[in-house]
Amino acid sequence: MARVPVQFTLNGEERAEFIESGTTLLHALRDTMGDTSPKGGCQQGTCGACSVIVDGELRLSCLTLAQTCEGAAIETTAGLAAGGVLHPLQRAIMDGFAAQCGFCTPGMIMAAKALLDHTPNPTREDVIEAISGNVCRCTGYEPIIAAVLAAARSNSQNAG
Amino acid sequence: MSLSLQTFSTVKDASAALRSGGARYLGGGTLVVRAVNEGDISVTGYVRATDPALSSIDHADGRVRIGASVTMATIARRRDLGDVVRAAKAVGGPAIRNMATVGGNLHAPAPYGDFAVALLALDVTVHFTDRDMPMADFIAGNGTPSGHDIVTAVSFAVPPAGSFRFLKVSRVKPKGVSVLSIATLIDTDGAGAVQTARIALGCMAERPMRAAAAERALVGSRLTREGIAAAVAAIGEGTDPITDPIASAWYRAEVLPVHFRRLLLG
Ligand SMILES: Cc1cc2nc3c(=O)[nH]c(=O)nc-3n(C[C@H](O)[C@H](O)[C@H](O)COP(=O)(O)OP(=O)(O)OC[C@H]3O[C@@H](n4cnc5c(N)ncnc54)[C@H](O)[C@@H]3O)c2cc1C
Ligand code: FES
Ligand code: FES
Repeated sequence: MARVPVQFTLNGEERAEFIESGTTLLHALRDTMGDTSPKGGCQQGTCGACSVIVDGELRLSCLTLAQTCEGAAIETTAGLAAGGVLHPLQRAIMDGFAAQCGFCTPGMIMAAKALLDHTPNPTREDVIEAISGNVCRCTGYEPIIAAVLAAARSNSQNAG
Repeated sequence: MSLSLQTFSTVKDASAALRSGGARYLGGGTLVVRAVNEGDISVTGYVRATDPALSSIDHADGRVRIGASVTMATIARRRDLGDVVRAAKAVGGPAIRNMATVGGNLHAPAPYGDFAVALLALDVTVHFTDRDMPMADFIAGNGTPSGHDIVTAVSFAVPPAGSFRFLKVSRVKPKGVSVLSIATLIDTDGAGAVQTARIALGCMAERPMRAAAAERALVGSRLTREGIAAAVAAIGEGTDPITDPIASAWYRAEVLPVHFRRLLLG
C-alpha cells in the first residue's frame, strides 16, 4: 500500500502523518489523527455531518482528499473550546436544547461557525442557507436556527 | 483502499497521466470522490493540475474567462457577472459550493449540472490546452466522465443586464437537487419584441439541452402571456426527461411549461 506524508495544521497544531494515498480527510482525521469530531454519515456529500473548515471555508471532509489539504489550516469542532470554555455556538446549542442524538451537531456547528466568521450578524435566512447542506433527523431545525442566532447575539455583546 | 493522487503543475502533464487508464481528473471531487466512496472500482486513481490559471477569472472588454477549477462559491461572489451568479448559487449547499468546480459541473450528469445549463444558454466557448469548442459540441461529444481531455476554462460575453434569466426548481428548499432548471438569454428590441432567444434546459435529458422549437416560437413576439403562448406550448418538444428519486419523467414534463412561463413573465 502506498503511504504518503501529509502535513497541515489541525485546530492550530502542526500535524504530520503518513496516510494511505487517496484517503479522505474524514478518514485521515478520524483514523490517523485521533480527531473523531467530524462524523461519517453518508460519505456522499448529502448529510453534512463531516463538515470541517479548511482555510476558512466550509468543506465536506468525506469528499475531500487529505492530500489536497497539504499546508492548509483545518478547523474541527474538537478545537473550539478554548481552555475548557465552550465556544458561544457550543454554549448556545446546549442552552437551547438544539442537540438530541448529537450526530449532526459537529457538522452543524462548523457550518454555523463558517457563517459567523464571515457574517457576524446573520439574518434568520442567512442561517437557514448556511445550514442547508446539513441534515438533522431529530430536532426539526428550529432549535438549531435559534441557537445560531443566539450565539451571534452573544458574540456581538462580547465584542461590544 | 489506496488510490494514488498524482498532482501536476501543468495541464499537459496531467493529460498525459490520464491517458494511462482508470485514473480520473479531480476537480472539487464532489462527484468523483463520492463515486469512489460508493464503491466505483472503475476509478483507479486521481489526477489533478494546479496551474493557477485554472483558478482565475479574467473579465475584460465585456468577455469573461473562468478557469475550470473556479468554484461555484467564488462565482457566486462576483458582482460583475450579473445574473449569472444565480446559477452558481443554485448549486448544492454552502460546503458543496466551496468545492464544486466549473469543470466538474460541465461533466455532471442530470440531475446535476445546473451551472452547465446556464453555460449552454450563454453560448460559452469551452477551452482545452490545444483547442476550443462551442458548448453545444462539447455536450454532444466528450462531456462524459471518461473523457481524458482536461477542460481549462470557459469564456463568454457577459450578458447585458436583464437579458439572462435562470431558474432551478427543487422540492427541498433551500438547495435541493433539481427537478429541472431553465436558463434563457433573450434579446429584445426597443419595442419589446424578442430578437434572439437561447433557452437551455436541465434534467430534460441526460445532459443539458437547447429548446430549439421554443426558441423559434419566441422570436418576434413580446414577453407577455399571449406573446409567449406558442413558446410555452413548444417548450417540451424534443425533451426526454430523466426519472430519478426526485421526480418522474412524467412529472418533469408536466411542470416544465409552468415554470418556463413563470420565468419569462417573472
Ligand atoms: C450533496 C450534493 C449536492 C449537489 N447538488 C448539486 C446541485 O444542486 N446542482 C449541481 O449542478 N450539482 C450538484 N451536485 C453535483 C456536483 O457537486 C457539481 O455538479 C459540481 O460542480 C461537480 O464539480 P466537482 O469539481 O466537484 O467535480 P469532480 O467530482 O471533481 O468531477 C466530476 C467529473 O468531471 C470530471 N472533471 C472535473 N473537472 C474536469 C476538467 N477540468 N476537465 C475534464 N474533466 C473534469 C472528473 O474527472 C469527473 O469525472 C451535488 C453533489 C452533491 C454531493
Ligand atoms: S458524511 Fe460527508 S456529507 Fe455525509
Ligand atoms: S440531533 Fe440527531 S441528527 Fe441532529
